[in-house]
Amino acid sequence: MRKYANFDEPARARNLVLQGVRAVDPERNLDQVLDLHIRDGMLSVAPKEIPADADVLDLRGHIVTPGWFDLHVHLREPGGEVAETILSGCQAAMNGGFTGVACMPNTEPPLDDAGRVRWVMEKAAPLPVDLHVVAAATRGREGRQLVEMSELVELGVRAFSDDGKPIADTAVLRHALEYANMLGARIFEHADDPDLSVGGAMNEGEWSTRLGLPGIPAVSETLDVLRCILVARYAGAAVHICHVSTKESVEWIRWAKQQGIRVTAEVCPHHLLLTEERCREFDTDFKMNPPLRSEEDRQTCLKGLADGTLDAYCTDHAPHAWEAKAQEFDVAPFGVVGLETALGLAFTHLVGRHLDLKAMIERVVYAPRRILSQPLPAIATGEPANLTIIDPEGSWTVRPDEFRSKSRNTPFKGWELTGRARGIVNRGFAVIKEV
Amino acid sequence: MSLLTHKHLLGLADYSEADITTILDTAERMKEILERPVPKVPTLRGVTVVNLFMESSTRTRVSFELAEKRLSADTLNFAVSSSSLSKGETLLDTALNIEAMKIDVVVMRHKSPGSPHFLARHLDSIIINAGDGCHEHPTQALLDMMTLRQKFGALKGLRVCLVGDISHSRVALSNIIGLKTMGAQVTVCGPATLIPRGIERLGVQVTHSLDEAIQRCDALNVLRLQLERQEAGLFPSLREYHQYFGLTRRRLEKAPAPLTILHPGPMNRGVEITSDVADSEHSVILQQVTNGVAVRMAVLYLLAGAKMPSTEMKV
Repeated sequence: MRKYANFDEPARARNLVLQGVRAVDPERNLDQVLDLHIRDGMLSVAPKEIPADADVLDLRGHIVTPGWFDLHVHLREPGGEVAETILSGCQAAMNGGFTGVACMPNTEPPLDDAGRVRWVMEKAAPLPVDLHVVAAATRGREGRQLVEMSELVELGVRAFSDDGKPIADTAVLRHALEYANMLGARIFEHADDPDLSVGGAMNEGEWSTRLGLPGIPAVSETLDVLRCILVARYAGAAVHICHVSTKESVEWIRWAKQQGIRVTAEVCPHHLLLTEERCREFDTDFKMNPPLRSEEDRQTCLKGLADGTLDAYCTDHAPHAWEAKAQEFDVAPFGVVGLETALGLAFTHLVGRHLDLKAMIERVVYAPRRILSQPLPAIATGEPANLTIIDPEGSWTVRPDEFRSKSRNTPFKGWELTGRARGIVNRGFAVIKEV
Repeated sequence: MSLLTHKHLLGLADYSEADITTILDTAERMKEILERPVPKVPTLRGVTVVNLFMESSTRTRVSFELAEKRLSADTLNFAVSSSSLSKGETLLDTALNIEAMKIDVVVMRHKSPGSPHFLARHLDSIIINAGDGCHEHPTQALLDMMTLRQKFGALKGLRVCLVGDISHSRVALSNIIGLKTMGAQVTVCGPATLIPRGIERLGVQVTHSLDEAIQRCDALNVLRLQLERQEAGLFPSLREYHQYFGLTRRRLEKAPAPLTILHPGPMNRGVEITSDVADSEHSVILQQVTNGVAVRMAVLYLLAGAKMPSTEMKV
């Protein structure tokens, strides 16, 4: 059905049947091969009969889960439209199998007031992707004065972050945690000690020494993780740690959870699958912040994802224009794109090896929405259809030229993956690729 | 086609013992040319070399330029002050524009580690690294090794100590890599704040005592101390640095046998080295400078000489 393979003008899911899919919804204890009927965006599970006038897609062999949600993306608009726009970023999400994303506020200007946040929300409103805006925690992301959080929470914001950098002043961090907590919102911390990591371009260790590059020590992240944990405990507030990359961060977060401290955390595919020596050719597609770490860090992050210490699997999708990355390693910006490779990487390297499908769904469907206090999508009759369609056996090669994102800066170029996003259904739309 | 197993000299990290030996042997023959009444050969006639120096340098640039002229190459100096980099042009665009003028070799000095590797990916020209930030300075290490080989006959088993700011020294890293490849034993000596993490994984010994290092080495390569490291809080004062890590005659007298002293220059006399050491009979510092021209001639010849089918090195 060609009409559903349209990213630019997504087709309405008015009367559509996904035939013969394996529907997996752990919250409803559902794991069964059946048909899903979607009428005007609403689900009917295993309908007794298929309407004669329905569009029927034969999807035998495919898995359908509640829609995947990427808790950490950068959409660059306003200010960075050369690298990504809200539209291109959401199309990348659709192509990657995500029905929702949380976008970070480090745009130019930053998303630090209701006017700017509303502008972004309105741009995304007609799209098939749920866009949740993470607002800046402090005005101008300068780490001094809190943004008008109450007004933003009324708009629907549930998370505040100065992501790209930490809230370095501990008094400001404390007040941000307390104020956000009063409103039922959460601070997302980019954990880093800016004094320790100043000027750094990659993980500090043998490889930074071999390459002569300034190092970012693991302890600069761990130190801030511990600071957040202790201040959150003191403030009685919840805190979320972004893109965890070090062994000790994982260990302290595990400890904090055992103590009942309200800490959540996320981890990215590149920190689960790559290590620091990838920087050896000075290829800036391996430059991100936090940087690729050691094998020991990587293994601990994998365990953290598996045992739930790290709640969410997200991408830190950070698009950069080709010319920005085609620079000297220490000059080029940090960040890699991830929306269009995360699902394939998960199915190839994580699901069935480090965690089962049910746990993966917890990390990428439920946990992100719980952290943002959003309703959980369900595969149940009468619910709005919010679905990710996966071809678990589909083999493909990562070709950046085929991305819907405007940027190509992936460290997974050329990787052979098994498992790919086939499409999504959300907000009354269906975008399902032809094979 | 190069007479080495590499197209470029980006660093010594991938150079084998055989390649380094080829360069050092060739450099000895180049040194003979330099000692002739007319120290010039037509070997690189028709080859155009651009000296792309995006970080201030006097001696390395002069040494390369002289090497190029001795080999009859056409040379063009492109310095940062006269460049378009200050107008916001990227390094890549600058380099592509230079290459579009049909040149053969780029000798590059740049503050960013890996910038020669970056150029090598995007340009067809031969790239020679003349120092990339805190990463490598391969021709300096080659001239240091040439000087040591002249003094000791061989590098295998030689005990060399590098003294000073190892963290920020491209001279140190290239020396460590090159000397290890050639079978030497390498010790690094400096304050803990100037020894990079993981350096022992490169197969070197680490000490924070210069007196101890002096007891067990044959040659000391004393690195230049960048004075701004003090402002960055990496050591308390020049006075204290000199007292604990400065090479003095009194310290050297405790060595079991006279040590050979190298310094890549420019020296901070009275800080990392005193004049009575720098100017002593065991110092080979000026010999290093002479060898620098010969080594750079050798590298240019070996990488670019085979480019011209009709040319042969006439020694």
